[in-house]
Amino acid sequence: MTAATSPVAIPERAEGRTILVVARKELADALASRWFWMWVAAFAGLAATLALVALPGSRVAASASFSRTAASLVALVQVIVPLMGLTLGAQAIASQREHGALRFLLSHPVNRTEAFWGIYLGLAAALVTAVAAGFGAAGLVTAIRTGGTRTGAFLWIAVGAAILVLAMLGIGMLVSTFTRRTSSALGIAVFIWLGLVFLGDLGLMGTAVATRMPVSALFAVTVANPVEAFRLAALASFTRSLDVLGPAGTYAVNVLGDALVPVIVGVLGLWFVLPAAAAWARFRSPRQDL
Amino acid sequence: MIEIRNLTKRYGPVTVVDDFSLEVPAGEAVALWGPNGAGKTTVVRCILGLVDYEGTIVVDGLDARTRGKAVRSRIGYVAQELAFYDDMAVLDVLDYSAALRGLTMERVDEVVETFRLGDHRTKRVGELSGGLKQRLGLAAALLPDPPVLLLDEPTASLDAHSREETIGLFEDLRAQGRTIVLTTHHMEEMGMLVDRVVAMENGRIVTECPPGELAERLGLRVWLHLIVDPDERSEAQRVLEEAGLGARRNAAGLVVEVPAQEKGRALALLHRAGIELRDLEVWT
Repeated sequence: MTAATSPVAIPERAEGRTILVVARKELADALASRWFWMWVAAFAGLAATLALVALPGSRVAASASFSRTAASLVALVQVIVPLMGLTLGAQAIASQREHGALRFLLSHPVNRTEAFWGIYLGLAAALVTAVAAGFGAAGLVTAIRTGGTRTGAFLWIAVGAAILVLAMLGIGMLVSTFTRRTSSALGIAVFIWLGLVFLGDLGLMGTAVATRMPVSALFAVTVANPVEAFRLAALASFTRSLDVLGPAGTYAVNVLGDALVPVIVGVLGLWFVLPAAAAWARFRSPRQDL
Repeated sequence: MIEIRNLTKRYGPVTVVDDFSLEVPAGEAVALWGPNGAGKTTVVRCILGLVDYEGTIVVDGLDARTRGKAVRSRIGYVAQELAFYDDMAVLDVLDYSAALRGLTMERVDEVVETFRLGDHRTKRVGELSGGLKQRLGLAAALLPDPPVLLLDEPTASLDAHSREETIGLFEDLRAQGRTIVLTTHHMEEMGMLVDRVVAMENGRIVTECPPGELAERLGLRVWLHLIVDPDERSEAQRVLEEAGLGARRNAAGLVVEVPAQEKGRALALLHRAGIELRDLEVWT
């Protein structure tokens, strides 16, 4: 072997090929992780069990009680899916930085944009796989019990869950770009999860009662929470029942009517795009030391 | 090949590299030498674009700040230890590195053969010895056959056997005429590996010289622990002190402080006095 003198010309712009190489590696790492499969097993197992328990045996009755099953599935997604996305995202950058993997990656002719979106895409593919596994298990049970009559609504919830998990991944990665230690990133991610899932629901209701918050403000604050936005979007797609949607949801149905779902999907879309874009902007900044 | 002008790196109020300038012509091997915290690794990270910096770094005519990818395509980088992909197989690490550089798998086969990794290709990185990990790191760095090698404390975490093996690999690379920048705090290996030493302290260059002159330039001293028979210790101490070398006795022998470039003098004095040396340790 002799010293080379004329390496291949390398463009400075981000290249899709490099992003895919990084993404494949991230996906393979996630799929090889025991933690990932524990998440998948827990989600799929709980989703299938919920579907089994909530749907009665008869096909006619089962079709009618699909709303109850769907509401249970949505409640499950609200708790598990954000935690999956947030924790995986929070570890993404911080862990690689802590262990030196980022330095190894960026010592190659790879720019930060390629590294970031490669990591994001790989993790996104893993998380969507996990959500698909969960909904696949529940969908199988539901299809057998209901004869597949509510496939559209079921798929709608699954797509909503996929968008929610990607939004959470973006938030987690944003946290990850601000923290140098994995443990700190995970701690912040769990805190955000608690805030979105529990404080955003029970805390908001308590505050609304205590401060006599107008229902329009309550709706705005509810929709600003991506987990609640997912819940409203998912449930509004198959029911307008007051007890399922809660006061803010009922107000939204009355005020927005048919525009409710597009509005909420738009909000979810913003959560899907903005945190990931903010994380990318921070990560790619040359002022960010790695 | 590498031109660094007025490089400064600050972390908050702390300046870790302070107005550092260095030119490394093509084919030269240079060591950045200094204690921990001297700023050696930070210089390497600046060249790779891993950290923001003030000043200018040009590699092979390309500005490292604006042409980072092109610069890194010319560099093979070996870190202190390839510890972060413990769960990956040896071959997977090389495949990944090759894919990132757009190289063919045939090239992977070539370096596997060159670095005698064939018997280890399916082993997990975590199962490898320190020496094998460094061999793998070097194999990955040399996949693109780069004209520049950055070696960041490559022998720091190795045992004596692995260190010797790794130094042998580096000697081969030096003989191939690559431009090498090596960071180290081991003085003894520099003479074998580099043409020039740049001594650093607190982010600044203290001196530049051929490796053989560094100890004298900096007035560096080492301690020799000389193991001699108990009935000869008094005589050995007298001989050394008469020659102007401060010696003190301990339970096993004598401890003598000498200039780092004059270690042989104490041994020669004892030999001439007919005192048999049982063993020897060098403390730095």
